[in-house]
Amino acid sequence: MEIRKGIGVSPGVVVGTAIVLDAEDLLIPKRHVPLENVDAEIDRLRKALAAGISDLSGQRDEVVSKYGQEIGGIFGVHLGLLADKTIVNQFIAEIRDRHSTAEYAVSTIMRKYANAFLAMSDKYMSDRVKDIYDVERRVLHNLIGQTHQDLSHLTEDVIVIAHDMLPSQTAALDRLHVKGFATDVGGRTSHTAIVARAMGIPAVVGLGAITSEISGGDIIIIDGHRGLVIINPDAEQLAEHAEYRTKLIKLDKELRELAHLQPETLDGHVVSLQANIEAPADVNDALARGAQGIGLYRTEFLYLTREVEPTEEDHYKAYVDTVERCGGRPLVIRTLDLGADKYTQAQLANPERNPFLGDRSIRMCLHDIPMFKRQLRAIMRASIHGDMRIMFPMISTLMELRQAKMVLNDVMEDLEDEGIEFRKDIPIGMMVEVPSAAIQADAFAREVNFFSIGTNDLVQYVLAVDRTNEKVAGLFCPAHPAVLKLLRDVIRTGQRNNVSVSVCGEMAGEPLYTLLLLGLGLTTFSMNGPDIPEVKKIIRSTTYEHAKHVARKVMSFDSERQVMHYLREETRKIIPEAF
Amino acid sequence: MTVSREVVIRNKLGLHARPAMQFVDVANQFKSDVRVHKGGEEPVDADGKSVMQMIILAATEGTPLRIEAEGEDAEQAIGKLTELVDSKFGEAE
Repeated sequence: MEIRKGIGVSPGVVVGTAIVLDAEDLLIPKRHVPLENVDAEIDRLRKALAAGISDLSGQRDEVVSKYGQEIGGIFGVHLGLLADKTIVNQFIAEIRDRHSTAEYAVSTIMRKYANAFLAMSDKYMSDRVKDIYDVERRVLHNLIGQTHQDLSHLTEDVIVIAHDMLPSQTAALDRLHVKGFATDVGGRTSHTAIVARAMGIPAVVGLGAITSEISGGDIIIIDGHRGLVIINPDAEQLAEHAEYRTKLIKLDKELRELAHLQPETLDGHVVSLQANIEAPADVNDALARGAQGIGLYRTEFLYLTREVEPTEEDHYKAYVDTVERCGGRPLVIRTLDLGADKYTQAQLANPERNPFLGDRSIRMCLHDIPMFKRQLRAIMRASIHGDMRIMFPMISTLMELRQAKMVLNDVMEDLEDEGIEFRKDIPIGMMVEVPSAAIQADAFAREVNFFSIGTNDLVQYVLAVDRTNEKVAGLFCPAHPAVLKLLRDVIRTGQRNNVSVSVCGEMAGEPLYTLLLLGLGLTTFSMNGPDIPEVKKIIRSTTYEHAKHVARKVMSFDSERQVMHYLREETRKIIPEAF
Repeated sequence: MTVSREVVIRNKLGLHARPAMQFVDVANQFKSDVRVHKGGEEPVDADGKSVMQMIILAATEGTPLRIEAEGEDAEQAIGKLTELVDSKFGEAE
């Protein structure tokens, strides 16, 4: 039993079997074999080792004949490792004593060695961990076969352990069977965290070298509240966690009962709580948790789940499906926001030097008008099926906004000519996530119907912090007074110009910031479905007057620490169980 | 028959993967069991015929080791292995 502490980024507690994703997505399917199969399993292992040795000898001979003895040397080491009696005996003992599968035995023992390597102070030595991984992979390949199992067709519940989840991997996840995530890197707003929260499953990130400490088939407890990962827990811990889990489920049930109640303060101030979603199916869960609409539909997932660009019909079907599930409630569709941390495979081929400042999002769309138009046509065609709104991401200059609107006008004219129905007065909005847009909100307010503040990117651009870089992620803080000033100004500008303002970043769903945002006059909060009940509970437990007082006080602070400290105190007075 | 000898790792990069393999290859030419002992704060014993254990020793430049051979050809084994270590595993400076 071992406990690792990371950053809990999505609440909940779950116990399950681990699958470890390495760079090649090799999965260890099972941990145990029946007793009567132990000998057969050892036989499989020996055959896999022999096959590994024969592959390697072939490769070595080829390399040696091409490049000479020196280069071939490293193959010799790998061969030596495969034939190393100490290791082979350990594999066999693991299978015989614990009835492990050959895959599990290889993976778990090689990972122990990998850790010994990683712990070496000599850099040259610790780098050799690559050799260990290489040998492990080689044997596993021979055991499992060349087929890479994919995560879209799982047959049992699993917890996914990975260095970091790529958007293309999470998009293809079998959502029914994935019950939790634990990753080496990442922070509260990393992609893994966002996806886990949207799926409502626990996740812990920033664990360091968890992929080398866990082997596929290990039993894992993920505690997303306390940021803990427990590897192969003992009976006592399992019991303790079962109890803790029951408590949390009870709390969750209480919160769910709030679903039918209005988000209204004690003194009668009403706001709107909406949900962020990634796929049409997410709507149902969001509504069940009390969402009054969808404040952000991230359409990139349509692109990430397939190898080729989606057709207009693919878009259209997804949008009609989504808006119909909304049942007359508002649905804000954000146009393609791909790039930076959400690459498609095609984009990976030619990486940008500075992707967060590069050709992403609306910029990419304006560079590829035919692609942009396909999505816009689908949105406009679907617009007659419900209360749909359209939103452009990452607008940084007025010209960009005007160009995007011009393309939309073109699309509308085309549809008109073709006699296809659409909603002519569809509300048009923009994300306020680039500092220039926040500072110039006055000018933008004259040209759109609504603003949605994307705090994740806004914080990152204002503070110059890459939230996915674990070395600086600690500097990423929405409570920074510079960020709060911009937030306040954008909300005020919206009020003055009759432009509705929502916040759709992670901040909107964090209970810590509810009082502040409410007090700043925010009327629409858009967050991940699972966060809605807790935010609603805070709103229903306070008065607008008090929230305004809190906001005024917060705006007088000049460090994020003061802000966080004060907000934590004030929030704890309302829901003591939150922190 | 048991023979042992003290040696010091002299090559710049220490007993990394390739020298470890060379050591094991030489050890395997003999019938004798070969053990390698590293002293210091965390003493470690390695099977001189296991490349993994030899690498895990993490014997960097300047590390003293005791090589021990037990068997009928122990003397010859120690001779060859000492020679290999002293030759800095044929590594260029």
